[in-house]
Amino acid sequence: MAKPLTAAEMEASLHAWLETEFTYFKVEQLALELEGLTRDEQDFILGWIRRIASTHITLAWQFGRRAPALLPRMERRLLEAWAVHTCDVFDRTGLQTALRVMEEVDSFDETQHRNDAAGALFEDIAPVLGNFVCGLSGRRLRIEKGEAAWTDGERIVLPPLIAALPSLDDNFQLAKATVALLWAQTRFGSLRVDFSALGARYADPERALARLHALETLRLTARIARELPGLHREMLRLRARLDPGLPPRWQRFETMLGTSQAAVDDSLALLDAAYDEAECPQWSDQGSLRPEAIAAARAARLDKEKARLRIRLAELLEEHRAAQAAPQAAPETPPALAVEPHDENGRLDFAITLDGAPLAPPDNVRQLLTSVYLDFGEIPPEYLTPAGDGEYDPDRVFDQPEDPDAVWHGTYHEKGAELFPEWDHGRQHYRKNWCVMREKTVPPVHDAFYRDTLDKYAGVVKHLRRKFEALRDENRLDKRQTQGDEIDLDALIEALADAQDGREMSDRLFVRLHRAERNIAVAFLVDMSGSTKGWINEAEREALILLCEALELLGDRYAIYGFSGTTRKRCELFRIKTFDERYGDEVQARISGIRPQEYTRMGFALRHMTKLLNRVEARTRVLVTLSDGRPDDYFDVYRGQYGIEDTRMALLEAARTGIHPFCITLDRDARDYLPHMYGAARYIILDDVRQLPVKVTDIYRRITT
Amino acid sequence: MNARTLDPAHHLIAKEPYYEPVGDEIQLFEAAYRQRIPVLLKGPTGCGKTRFMEHMAWRLKRPLITVSCHDDLTASDLVGRYLVKGGETVWVDGPLTRAVRCGGICYLDEIVEARKDTMVVIHPLADDRRTLPMEKLGQVVEAPPEFCLAISYNPGYQSVLKDLKQSTRQRFVALEFDYPSAALERRVVATESGVSDAIADGLVRFAQMTRNLKGSGLEEGASTRLLVHAGKLIADGISPVTACKSAVAQAVTDDADMLKAIQELSSSIF
Repeated sequence: MAKPLTAAEMEASLHAWLETEFTYFKVEQLALELEGLTRDEQDFILGWIRRIASTHITLAWQFGRRAPALLPRMERRLLEAWAVHTCDVFDRTGLQTALRVMEEVDSFDETQHRNDAAGALFEDIAPVLGNFVCGLSGRRLRIEKGEAAWTDGERIVLPPLIAALPSLDDNFQLAKATVALLWAQTRFGSLRVDFSALGARYADPERALARLHALETLRLTARIARELPGLHREMLRLRARLDPGLPPRWQRFETMLGTSQAAVDDSLALLDAAYDEAECPQWSDQGSLRPEAIAAARAARLDKEKARLRIRLAELLEEHRAAQAAPQAAPETPPALAVEPHDENGRLDFAITLDGAPLAPPDNVRQLLTSVYLDFGEIPPEYLTPAGDGEYDPDRVFDQPEDPDAVWHGTYHEKGAELFPEWDHGRQHYRKNWCVMREKTVPPVHDAFYRDTLDKYAGVVKHLRRKFEALRDENRLDKRQTQGDEIDLDALIEALADAQDGREMSDRLFVRLHRAERNIAVAFLVDMSGSTKGWINEAEREALILLCEALELLGDRYAIYGFSGTTRKRCELFRIKTFDERYGDEVQARISGIRPQEYTRMGFALRHMTKLLNRVEARTRVLVTLSDGRPDDYFDVYRGQYGIEDTRMALLEAARTGIHPFCITLDRDARDYLPHMYGAARYIILDDVRQLPVKVTDIYRRITT
Repeated sequence: MNARTLDPAHHLIAKEPYYEPVGDEIQLFEAAYRQRIPVLLKGPTGCGKTRFMEHMAWRLKRPLITVSCHDDLTASDLVGRYLVKGGETVWVDGPLTRAVRCGGICYLDEIVEARKDTMVVIHPLADDRRTLPMEKLGQVVEAPPEFCLAISYNPGYQSVLKDLKQSTRQRFVALEFDYPSAALERRVVATESGVSDAIADGLVRFAQMTRNLKGSGLEEGASTRLLVHAGKLIADGISPVTACKSAVAQAVTDDADMLKAIQELSSSIF
C-alpha cells in the first residue's frame, strides 16, 4: 500500500485547488486532519475536493472540512452520492441551497443510518421499478424522486434512499412492495375518495385519514395477495421483520376487507369504527397519503381526458363510417356507443360496441378508457358522446409542440425544450439536464444559389456523378464458389482436366451473384457558429449542395442539421433536411438560407443527432460533423478543456451505440487537441476552405465504402 | 444416424399436431385451399403460425415443405439448380419445385426476410396461372390442384425496408393471428407443457405484463411459445421464477434494467 501523504504535500495541492490566494481558506488545518488517514482515504477525499472545486470552490472547501469526520461513519458510496447530489443542486438552484444540502450531512445520525451501506439508491432502482410498474396493468405511472414515498395517481414518488434493512436485496424488495402498494392505490380505486369532504366529517381529519390509509392498506394487501402472490409473500416476510403485528382489534377489519369483492366503499363504511380505535397500525411499505396532490392531479386530468376521449371517439366513429361500404346518410339519432369494461384476473380490457356491433379500440382510446375507468370505477355515459364539430379546440386539449422562438418572449426557458446532459471533466460526472435544446427550421431563401453552385462546379458534379454511380452498382458475379446459382463453366472444365490428369478436383465450381445492398443512414451536422461567417459559410453551403446531389444518386438515407447556441440555456439545432424529407426546392432553399449564428457548443448537438440516428433503421449509421474549430461558448466554461472533453464524451457515447462518427474540421491552428477530442471518431483536417465542397463528397465516398 | 431424405412422403404429418383455433381460421384456410387461393399468415412471433400450418397439413393430408427465409435466400435456392456429379451436371429440385411436383403445401416462413427478387418467383404460382417457370430447365411446371402456397410475415417488428410489396401481398388471402385470449392461452400452455392450470394461469398473466411493456423498452412481449417453454421447464422440476427468467426474460431482452424488471414481475406472481 502506498505511503500516506504528508500534510505539507497535501497543503500545496489544496492551496492550488481552493485558490487560497483569493479565498483565504485555512487549508493547513484540513491538511493536518487528513494526515492521519490512510493513503486510500486521503486519495478519496482529495479526489473529491478537486472534482467539486471545478464546480465551486466554496462547496469543495465545505466538503473538505466535513469529509474526514464523516468517513468513519458514512459509507463511501453514500459520501459520493452526497457530493454528486450537492453539485446537482448547485447546478439547478445555486450556491445557497447547495450549501444547505452540504450542512444537512452534519445532522447525519449514525444509529438511524446504520443500514445505509446496504440501502437501495433511487438512481439504481428507479429504472427497474419504472419498468416493473409499467408491466402491471392500469394507467402508466412515472417514477420520480422526492423526499418520501407517495403517489398522486399519475406518478409514484420514492425517497432517494430506502435503507430500513441491513441487506441491499431486502431494501430493494421493500421498495418494490412500496411501489406495488402505491400502484394498487391507483389501480383499485383508493384515490377515488374525496378526501377533503371526508376529512370535514370528522373532528380530527388527520386521525381519520390515517385510519382510512390503514384500512386501505389492509384491503390492497389482500388484493395483492390474490393478484401477485409472490410479492405478497415477500411483503409478509419484510413486515414480520419491520412492523409490529396487527393490533388485535384490527383483525376484524382485515377479515372484512380481505374478501375478493371488497372495494374502497367497504373501507369507508368501516372508517367510523376504525376512527374510534385508539391504535392505528402503520406499515413500513405503505408510503404516505397526500390528499392535496391526489386532488390536484385528478382535477387537472378529468376535463382534459374527457375532452380527449370524446374527440378520439368521434375520430373512431368517423373512420368506422368511412370504412363502411355503402356511405349512409348521417343518422338522425347519434349512434349508440357502449363500453363494457372487463376487469378480471388482473387484466383490464374494454369492449366497445357501436349499435351492438363490436369495434376494436385503438391503443390511445384504450389507454384513455383505462385512465377514466380508474378515476370513476366505470365509464360515465357523458364521456361516451363523441365530440361534435368544433366543440373543442384541439390546440387546447392535446399537448402542442412549443414555438421555439416564443420562449424568448417571456415564457419559461426550459418549457417544451429537450434537456441534455453535459460531461463535466472536472467533476468527472455528467451535469444533469444541463443543455436546453430546441429544434428550429432554417428559414428558406429562394435564390439562385443552387443553380450557381451547380454551374460553378459543373465539372466536379459530372465527375462525382460518375464516381457515385459506380458505387451504386455493386452487384457482381463471384466466380469459383463452393455454392452458387449456376455452374462456373471455366472452373468446371479446369476441374475435369485436373481429374483426367489424376489431380484433385476442385469443388469451387459455381458462380454466385453477390449483392451488397447499401444500407446506410448518415446525418450531417454543420457548424453554424458566428465564426463561419464569410468564406467558410459559403463553402459549407456549396459542399452541402454537392453532397445532396451525390447522395441522391446513391439512395442513402440522410439528414442535415446545423447547430449553434448561446450558453447552455439556448442550444439550437437547425433542421435543414430530416431523414424523411425529400431533397427538393425547399431543402435547396434552406441550404441557401444557412447563416452564421452564435457559438460552437457541440455536445448537445452530437447527443441529439445520436438519438435521431438511432431511430433510423440501417445497417450502418454514420454521423459526419463539419466544423471550423474548437468548441466555444459565450462567457462560459465551455471554451477550452471543458468543451473539448464534453465533445469527446459525446463522440464516445455515439460510438458506443454503434454509430460511426466522422469529423471534418477546418481549424488549422489547433492540431494539438484534435486527436484527443476526436478520439472516438476518425477525422480529417482541411487546410483550404475552398477545397471543402470538392473534398467532402470524396471523403464521404471513402468512409462509406 | 438416419438423416431425413427428401422424399415427399416424409413431409406427411402422421400425428395430429395440437392446435387450438382462435376464430374461424381453419374453415377459412380450408376454403382457400379448395378454391386454390394462396394464403398469407400475419402475426407476431410465437403466436402459432407454424403450428397452424402443421395442423392444416395434417388435416388436409398433404406433405408440408417449410422454408425459413433469410436475407441470402436466392431464387435458385427455392426453384433448384444444377450440381456437378462425377463428370456430369445434374439438376436438383429446390423445395418449392418439390412441393409443386408432389402437390404439397409449401410454407415460406418470414417471407420478407428473403431478398426482393426471390419473392417474385412465387408470383406466377400465386395467381390463377399456378405455374412455376424454370428458366434453366426450359420448363414450366404446372401445379396440381392439391398444391398450396402459404407465406407468413410479422408486420410488427421488421424494419420499414422489409415491408411486403403490394404486388406480392395482393395475391394472397390474409389470415391474421394474434396472441390468444387469456383463457385459450392458458389451455394451450397447460396442454402443451403439462403444467397445472394454476401455473399456466400465472404464466399467462406474466405474459400479459410483458406485453404491457411493449413500446416502453421492449420490442415484443413474451409469445405463447416462450410460455410453453417456461411451462415445460416447470413441469420438469425447475422453479417457476427460474424458468421464467431463462425461458422468457432472457429471451425477450438483453437490457439489464428491463431484465431485472421482468424478473421482478415474475417473482411477484409466483
